[in-house]
Amino acid sequence: MKIFKLLSAMVLVLSLSAFTVVSEDKGYSIGDIATDFSLENIDGKMVSLSDYKDAKGFIVTFTCNTCPYAVAYEDRIEALNKKYASKGYPVIAIMPNNTKIKPGDNMEAMQERAKEKGFTFPYLMDKDQEIYPQYGATKTPHVYLLQKTKKGNVVKYIGAIDDNYQDATAVNQKYVENAVDALLKGEAIKVTETRAIGCSIKV
Amino acid sequence: MRNILLIFLITVLPVQDETLEVYDYDGLEPLINQKDDKVHVVNFWATWCGPCIKELPYFEALNEKYRHEDVDVLLVSLDFPSKYETALKPYIKKHKLKSRVVALNDNDQNRWIPAIDESWSGALPATIIYKGDKRMFYEKSFTQEELEKEVKQFLK
Repeated sequence: MKIFKLLSAMVLVLSLSAFTVVSEDKGYSIGDIATDFSLENIDGKMVSLSDYKDAKGFIVTFTCNTCPYAVAYEDRIEALNKKYASKGYPVIAIMPNNTKIKPGDNMEAMQERAKEKGFTFPYLMDKDQEIYPQYGATKTPHVYLLQKTKKGNVVKYIGAIDDNYQDATAVNQKYVENAVDALLKGEAIKVTETRAIGCSIKV
Repeated sequence: MRNILLIFLITVLPVQDETLEVYDYDGLEPLINQKDDKVHVVNFWATWCGPCIKELPYFEALNEKYRHEDVDVLLVSLDFPSKYETALKPYIKKHKLKSRVVALNDNDQNRWIPAIDESWSGALPATIIYKGDKRMFYEKSFTQEELEKEVKQFLK
């Protein structure tokens, strides 16, 4: 009987650790609570989600300077912030790449790009590369829409900004806008996860 | 005037004579689901993707080394259509790529990425190795040794 108990305990521990590995590997799913962070912005200040007392949520966007897909979406990321920051859903952009591999994504380059494009959202650096793996971001651009609740910031949408990277004027489905609009109206989000091509995050 | 036109054509034509096979997903689908006895290695890449460019010679080497053992390499470029002439075709020419290169141009990525593999997040590079019904998908970069090791599993 003792042996049986011991074995069950071992199986339990093993299966639990197996699950932990899987979830760490894949990052967040819809409904998970997203971690807060303290990351350096291009103005030198540290930014956390908890700084935004009045926010209803966040459009957390993993992006960078050097990926052609991220570049193709720069103006649309800025437009999202212009449209939704005042409604309680600001864009929080995070640059996840190892800048030793991608010097074009270093802090000076980020500052320069933000200035050129007139970014109005914080553009943070995941310097220790510890935040993007928790979210499960694999590429740029990669969006996590969060809704602030009493339990924490709940993941409500994961994926692409829209369905046409080539031409902003030929977009059929504005995935992120539709999702934020649904949250603002208190409706269910119709499309909660989408896939798009992007540049792998450089480790 | 005619001479000028002729000179113009002679200078411009050699650059444009290399045709590129461009498909939407429905066009690509049969190429990545071939029902024969060969081992098919399909690599999704782009000229702007650093890790893709790094591993591309390994796929070329594979194509060269195993071509008599029924290994077929297909390089599927995800370069932007606006870059076909200025980046993709010059790259193919400069590096004398021997493997078959096709370009995938299909905006509805949310449809075809999970169709290619349910686990694919969309990050490049990505590779499929398959033979008949046996199929593996890799969202990762390969070293030459790793790539050969995977292909050898299919040759057994």
